[in-house]
Amino acid sequence: MNGFYVVFSPFNFMLMVVGILLGVIIGVLPGLGGANGVAILLPLTFSMSPTSAIIMLSCIYWGALFGGAITSILFNIPGEPWSVATTFDGHPMAQKGKADEALTGAFTSSFVGAIVAVIMITFLAPLVAKFALKFGPAEFFAVQFLTFASFIGMGKGSAFKTLASMSLGFALASVGLDTVTGQLRMTFGITELLTGFKFLTAVIGLFGIGEILASMESGLAFSGAHAKLRLNAVLETWKKMPAYYVTFIRSCIVGCWMGVTPGGATPASFMSYGLAKRFSKNGDRFGKGELEGVIAPETAAHAAGTSALLPMLTLGIPGSPTAAVLLGGLLIWGLQPGPLLFIEQPDFVWGLIASMYLGNLVGLVIVLTCVPLFAAILRVPFSIIAPIIMVICAVGAYTINNAMFDVWMMVGFGVIAYAFNKLSYPLPPFVLALVLGDMAESSFRQAMLLSQGSVTIFWSNGLVGFIMTLGLVLLLWPMISWVLDKVRAPKPA
Amino acid sequence: MHDKEDGGPSLVSTRTMDIVVALLLLVVSAIVITDSTRLGFRWREIEGPASGYFPFYIGLMIAISSVVNLVRAIRSGERNKTFVTKQAFRQVLAVLIPLCFYVLVVGWIGIYVASAIYIALFMWYFGRYPLLKGAAIGIAVSAVLFAMFEIWFLVPLPKGPIEDFFGF
Amino acid sequence: MIGHASKSLKVVGFAAGVLAGALLATPAMAQAWQPTKAVTFVIPAGTGGGADQMARFVQGVVTKHNLMNQPMVVINKAGGAGAEGFLDMKASPRDPHKIIITLSNLFTTPLATGSPFNWKDLTPVAMLALDQFVLWVNAEAPYKTAAEYINAVKAGNDRQFKMGGTGSKQEDQIITAALERLTGGKKFTYVPFAGGGAVAVQLVGKHVDSTVNNPLEAVAQWRAGALRPLCIFDTQRSTYKDKVTTDMAWSDIPTCKESGVNTDYQMLRGVFTTQGVTPAQVNYYVELFKKVMATPDWKDFMEKGAFNQTFMTGDQYKNWVAANETLHRDLMKEAGFLATN
Repeated sequence: MNGFYVVFSPFNFMLMVVGILLGVIIGVLPGLGGANGVAILLPLTFSMSPTSAIIMLSCIYWGALFGGAITSILFNIPGEPWSVATTFDGHPMAQKGKADEALTGAFTSSFVGAIVAVIMITFLAPLVAKFALKFGPAEFFAVQFLTFASFIGMGKGSAFKTLASMSLGFALASVGLDTVTGQLRMTFGITELLTGFKFLTAVIGLFGIGEILASMESGLAFSGAHAKLRLNAVLETWKKMPAYYVTFIRSCIVGCWMGVTPGGATPASFMSYGLAKRFSKNGDRFGKGELEGVIAPETAAHAAGTSALLPMLTLGIPGSPTAAVLLGGLLIWGLQPGPLLFIEQPDFVWGLIASMYLGNLVGLVIVLTCVPLFAAILRVPFSIIAPIIMVICAVGAYTINNAMFDVWMMVGFGVIAYAFNKLSYPLPPFVLALVLGDMAESSFRQAMLLSQGSVTIFWSNGLVGFIMTLGLVLLLWPMISWVLDKVRAPKPA
Repeated sequence: MHDKEDGGPSLVSTRTMDIVVALLLLVVSAIVITDSTRLGFRWREIEGPASGYFPFYIGLMIAISSVVNLVRAIRSGERNKTFVTKQAFRQVLAVLIPLCFYVLVVGWIGIYVASAIYIALFMWYFGRYPLLKGAAIGIAVSAVLFAMFEIWFLVPLPKGPIEDFFGF
Repeated sequence: MIGHASKSLKVVGFAAGVLAGALLATPAMAQAWQPTKAVTFVIPAGTGGGADQMARFVQGVVTKHNLMNQPMVVINKAGGAGAEGFLDMKASPRDPHKIIITLSNLFTTPLATGSPFNWKDLTPVAMLALDQFVLWVNAEAPYKTAAEYINAVKAGNDRQFKMGGTGSKQEDQIITAALERLTGGKKFTYVPFAGGGAVAVQLVGKHVDSTVNNPLEAVAQWRAGALRPLCIFDTQRSTYKDKVTTDMAWSDIPTCKESGVNTDYQMLRGVFTTQGVTPAQVNYYVELFKKVMATPDWKDFMEKGAFNQTFMTGDQYKNWVAANETLHRDLMKEAGFLATN
């Protein structure tokens, strides 16, 4: 409990609040990610003690995790990659005038996810670290496959349009340098294409710009403008949330698992959303503004984001880009992340863990008090807010790679989204393919190299075999349930 | 999605757009497959599955699904379903064209000045706000962005002659 | 630095003198060039890697000790194995407010991908250090020396042994190819991963048989007793004698040559600026980095990563870079890594 003592000093508490506020701002602005924020502020922290520094920096991280949801819900612009899945139901809720409910739901679930992950880190750290070591390329591929399987095969509409949309995402993901062989693919000598298509550029264009174009067409009304200001929205939403305890538990498991392995917060949010949609009795209403569709991705994303710090501390492998920058910070402060950190620097580690509990609590209080403020933004007239959103999108797209080319890409993706939406080509499979394509492809090929071309590697041990089989079951679930129905009720009289 | 019943005459039908998109995707698949064949899509001694392995099959998948979509669209009887009406399309272009101009201008005069002008004109044109009010909001937004990115987070954004003049 | 090019000056302990020199020299250079706006420090690699850590560390030291009159801004331009960053430098000649940190991809990326740039499109400023490579195996593996391991590869089946590394056709794979000259025709299966830390953990988890991680990437696992260093790819042993684990220091790791595996390779950690800048501008950065190196923080950082502290500037540095480029071309040609188109 010494950790709490460290954190409770007024100075550290102040750093915590500053960190959270900065983090929320960073999270809100697309393109400026937690990794940027931490990297930029890292130098400022060198004059502090390592414990104070990590408290401030990790609080920026929590703030960014909270903040990503805000613009997703209000304007359909994911501030961070892991809040893409939050837009699916969060934005429709805002359009129905329930922005406050969606925000409260998102913040509260983020908090629950983070706390569960911290509890896991507190009590199971050594065990979990050992588990992460079991993950080689085959296991990574299996997890990515599972993410896909849990998300695909549930869309409405034409299966072939879903397939086309998803494949296009994969194709764009493979543009640029192939990390396995070092060859350039589909760049055709164009320098700007060397970096490939960045997930965030695509997402800002597809969701942010696409949304504005759609609103423009239907005549200037921003659909959320009739947002009511309800002062008791937080309490009202809290009353509804316990009913979704199954979703909470499932999402926490998904999140912790994906954070530790490390699969990352973004796939975790997609997987959790997919599973919630599949197993919820309201599944067919997902995408039209279900609170459960906000809870699932937010809980998982925050659980994953938090538990991603565990492999960083115990193994020195960062589970996210932000964790990677924090890792650099640890080295500069003279701390050596790795298996011995818990033994050699207990003050630091427990101070960090204590700050995770408190930082998230403080963060929750701060963002919840701001819910009416955020919801009120929707009352700003469309012709003022729309150009500001466009500017913020452009800034966001630019900062990802510091390239004007990406801003053009963003505009292009906006047009694609406009056309795809009207022709009912689904966008979620497209973005999921874009975010997972690269990783899944390299894991697959690494595994193939290790096994010298034999697919049996995906069933070579219990762990990988279990995940792959689970993925196959989920992928074929529509077929399986159809067969089960036939068996159960052979002849409806 | 955003169907308009009273938006005036139809500009293009959904069926036509479906055909156009399917054809465009076929072009994409052709590009992907061509480049994958260049890279090779079989097993290589040192590299395992070659660089083109994955994109090749992805290209095939785009091609197959697009052919199905194309055939379905051609056979579809919904010739009269409107993709977009003339009036709605004019609205969309009214946003899209200035946006392209804005992005183009950012490259010359920097993002801050361009943003202020863009916001002011957008408010004036669509919201019928006086130019002065638009300019005030535009400059305020640019100033906040400038403070945040250039000074606070030290993330350089595109700048033009005016920022140069002030020594940034 | 494979071969005998590394007989260069070792400049350990030289930095302290430079600080005094730099301080004395400051008034005399009053009319010398100073940056008039923020200086951009480009990293042609992703966040969290070795180059990224070093650049951000430099930025931290500069800020902490107030070494510059203008802020230093760090930007990652990692696309296309670093080509993005180098092409950006090439596209802005005579801009003295841009510097770039380099790793071996300065040579390997244009050779392997055909990206149109060369170090001659840049102006060399200074070599900060040389990064070491160490041959690691899992601590539970039976091999105690590099020779034992190489003999096992020789005796085993072709491609039976898996070498994990960072990136493709870059330094890790080049070293692997160099090792294959000594394995009697038997090849490794080289498996590329995204980052050095991940590679080390793959070795701990026994998904690969060996790695050639940098010291900084693997030291934590070594100290925890999960990995065993077999040899260091340098011509001389490391100069760091403080114990890292309970019984070993960096200097206790034998060189690969003395373990009968005649291979060495070191990686440039150097700084360049854009082409066509004035000597006064280059000199400003040389002095700046001398000041950075004189700080105790820098010495600490060097020791933690067991860097080879070689400092070079001017023609000496330029010649070193030219020689190193030729070396990479030869090695990559031999391994068949050159771009075909």
